[in-house]
Amino acid sequence: MMNTDAVVHSLVHTNTVECVRNDYKGLPSTLCQGCGHNSIASQIITACYELNISPEKIVKFSGIGCSSKSPTYFLSRSFGFNGLHGRMPSLALGALFADHTLHGLGISGDGDTASIGMGQFKHLVRRNIPMVYIVENNGVYGLTKGQFAPTAEKGLRLKRQGVNAFQPVDICMEALASNATFVARSFAGDPKQVKELLKAALSHNGIAVLDIISPCVTFHNHENSMHSYMGGKALEAPLHEVTYVPSREEIVIDCFEEGETRDVILHDGSMVRLKKLEKDYDPTDRHRAFQMLDESEKKKLLITGLLYIEPYRPSLFDLYVLPETPLNRLTEERLRPPKESIGRLNQMML
Amino acid sequence: MELANPVQIKDTSPPKNGAVINDFCITFSTINGSGSATANTTLLRAIFKMGVPVSGKNILPSNIQGLPTWYTLRVSKDGYLGRLEKDDIVVSMNPITFSKEQEYIVPGGVLLYSDEIKLHIRREDIHVYPMPVNNILNTVGIPAKLRDYTANMVYVGILAELLGIKMKNVVQALEFHFKGKESAIKPNLDVINLAAKWAQDNLKKSDPYFIRSMDANVNCIISDGNTAAGLGAIYGGVQFVGWYPITPATSLAETMHEYVPILRKDQKEEGKETCVMIQAEDEIAAIGMAIGAGWGGLRAMTATSGPGLSLMAEYLGLAYYTETPVVVWDVQRVGPSTGLPTRTAQGDITFANFIGHGDTQYILLFPGSVKECFEFGWRAFDLAERMQTPVIVLSDLDLGMNQWISEPFEYPDQPMDRGKVLWEDDLEKILEKTGEKWGRYLDIDGDGIPYRTLPGNQNPRSAYFSRGTGHDEYGAYREDPEVWERTLSRLKLKFETAKKFTPKPILREMARAKIGILSVGSTDFSIQEARDQLAEQGIATNHMRIRAIPFDDEIRKFIEAHDIVFVVEINRDGQLKQLLTIQFPEQATKLKMVARIDGLPLSANWIEEQISAKEASK
Repeated sequence: MMNTDAVVHSLVHTNTVECVRNDYKGLPSTLCQGCGHNSIASQIITACYELNISPEKIVKFSGIGCSSKSPTYFLSRSFGFNGLHGRMPSLALGALFADHTLHGLGISGDGDTASIGMGQFKHLVRRNIPMVYIVENNGVYGLTKGQFAPTAEKGLRLKRQGVNAFQPVDICMEALASNATFVARSFAGDPKQVKELLKAALSHNGIAVLDIISPCVTFHNHENSMHSYMGGKALEAPLHEVTYVPSREEIVIDCFEEGETRDVILHDGSMVRLKKLEKDYDPTDRHRAFQMLDESEKKKLLITGLLYIEPYRPSLFDLYVLPETPLNRLTEERLRPPKESIGRLNQMML
Repeated sequence: MELANPVQIKDTSPPKNGAVINDFCITFSTINGSGSATANTTLLRAIFKMGVPVSGKNILPSNIQGLPTWYTLRVSKDGYLGRLEKDDIVVSMNPITFSKEQEYIVPGGVLLYSDEIKLHIRREDIHVYPMPVNNILNTVGIPAKLRDYTANMVYVGILAELLGIKMKNVVQALEFHFKGKESAIKPNLDVINLAAKWAQDNLKKSDPYFIRSMDANVNCIISDGNTAAGLGAIYGGVQFVGWYPITPATSLAETMHEYVPILRKDQKEEGKETCVMIQAEDEIAAIGMAIGAGWGGLRAMTATSGPGLSLMAEYLGLAYYTETPVVVWDVQRVGPSTGLPTRTAQGDITFANFIGHGDTQYILLFPGSVKECFEFGWRAFDLAERMQTPVIVLSDLDLGMNQWISEPFEYPDQPMDRGKVLWEDDLEKILEKTGEKWGRYLDIDGDGIPYRTLPGNQNPRSAYFSRGTGHDEYGAYREDPEVWERTLSRLKLKFETAKKFTPKPILREMARAKIGILSVGSTDFSIQEARDQLAEQGIATNHMRIRAIPFDDEIRKFIEAHDIVFVVEINRDGQLKQLLTIQFPEQATKLKMVARIDGLPLSANWIEEQISAKEASK
């Protein structure tokens, strides 16, 4: 959380794109008091403000569910499209081609992504489109008042359906398996980490999947579940301490001993500095990431941090030779073949 | 030339009724995947090059290799291009269907068959020519791996000789097919030449059929509707295509993959691409991508068929309500379910019209020719962007996948209509004009069409949040009853406005006609032929080909002006008639259904019989 001085500062201090923090705000939230999604919304606002991204340079997307309602609670000056249940990825992909200079920000939930939307999610990831894809993961269907989500832990008891008999879907594992180039897990109760990971994700040139455990205080706040605040806090095991360092900033951080930190330089020249906690963790080792997720599942730990990153794989946009001018600003003379071409075309049809 | 086993030609009597010139039908019976398409289209194109009207239709199984497949060529001096329900000449390369095919040949017709087929020929009233396919291939020395693909060239050579198709035109056709590639042309041409020579030396022509040069095809082209549609879209400035393979729509997208790099090089930034094409993971993603792109301000489309359109239902409803432009080509095939994937139909009319839950409406376009596929290819984007709504273009397999003689494609006669889009300065101007009142869904002009802004617009007041949930004129979430009703009423008004922009119906009249015919799409060819046949019986008809929904007021006037109106279409339930009945209830008793679905294009004879029988029973 920001301290009072920081709050006051952000109200009056304009960033490099002439915006104060309030320029990134949305409408008041209609989600439950204490919902993890509200905390994530707040970190999105701060991250975008601090990253100096003009709100007009961001486009929001969402599917259906509590999570997908939240894009109205931040970035009112950004365009947004609240699409269909599980089908946000295709919508976002098409829309982002309209202007490749925009930052795509997708908000989904665990049901929206890992149940109805699993196919579109995995194909979006596979295509490596540059956008941030946040899963606000609470392990429950909130908007329909408490049914099992695909990420619900085995053995979870719900009021009407009884006990969940199935293994949960691990969204980070699915993203990794689909060759995601940025996979992170965080916890809405750890706002600093959420913010730093968000900044890194927004600077990544490719798909950035952020699986954020975001407690549902109304339908799924059992203290023994890692989807609750208490459970999450108790079980959270950060892989490292994440600090995002913008490209313009001279890197002056306290001296670490050798092997204490790992720096990952991102596509735009900014950097993620990962400070070692208990064990060293190499986030560029995909095999290790799988292993880590597997271990954490067995140990019932909520592993958080940057699980995997591959900063330089070509993005979907790199596979097309797009003009500098955004496609949606091209005018007729650049879109319609010249008149003299029709004669040649007809000749080809003889 | 010496052949190992010279065949015995049965000597049949010479033509009794004189020669039949440029007015007959040839059916080719081959095995799917045997390369017969090359042989068949070579003949089609050679006849076309002789200036003779000709049309070709594939009758395929849903199979890549091994099952029987047919192709019919209709040669018509009168220019009729519809399906004919008779076989004058049958070329049989397939023993499995050999016996059955004999039954369909008209008395005095022709059976050409591969002499590998050792089956009994029951008919005695036809001209029979066995073809020494293997002997010819052996003589040419075709390598084993190419044998199957060149075997069908034997009948090309024999038919050329038998019917009088000029070899120079056959060569032109081959050059076209193989894009001038000598190594591909030569082995095929060798077989054709040898087969023709064999026919010259060994066949004694007894049948009456001849092809003689005409000049009916001056300035005409040959194309299929899918190619035309894809090219039309390219001339319409398409910027985004999300698609998923499905017969019979696949070739529409694949044509675009082929031609976009040629025709759509950026004029300003050299080497850059102005159209993005993505093969999606399924049809839901294909339409989702296209709708996202349309919302972003790109001219966006997808191409599909019935099963794909079914999957797109939810997204199309969203696009209707969020007022997002997108173009969907539905190349119809036989349904329900997987149905007959390689057979033609007009069975998606009601589905496309009503697609989505709640109250929805779409602009539907019905191209009736290859040329119109091209035209609607570009026009659909103008309509979608002007009206800010999905446009569904209903083509069909017959139009889309078969080769048609057509007038040449015409360059768009209007500049692109991008509709009401506000960029940074436009927004300032409209705010000034309206006294600071602009909302994404606010009807400023009273025509039901609001002004839209696009992502990337840097004006801080330009952004809005699109949603399928209830929203007011400013895009804000609202559940108020009056807001919901107001929005739906405005959308209805918007579709009234659409009539000013949609293509008008085409009217063809005869003197003193009391009978009307209404239709959409590809049935037009057979309908015109049927009308000529009816006229010969003294039954004059007027015909109106509807080209768009919402229905034009001219259609109501047309029904009013006739005693009876036949609605001709390719489906079981008379879907076009159903929609007309809903739209014009007071005229509905005049409408008579002439509908059929058997997987084949309607023939002129069938239409003529239906109408004359219904006329006689009055």
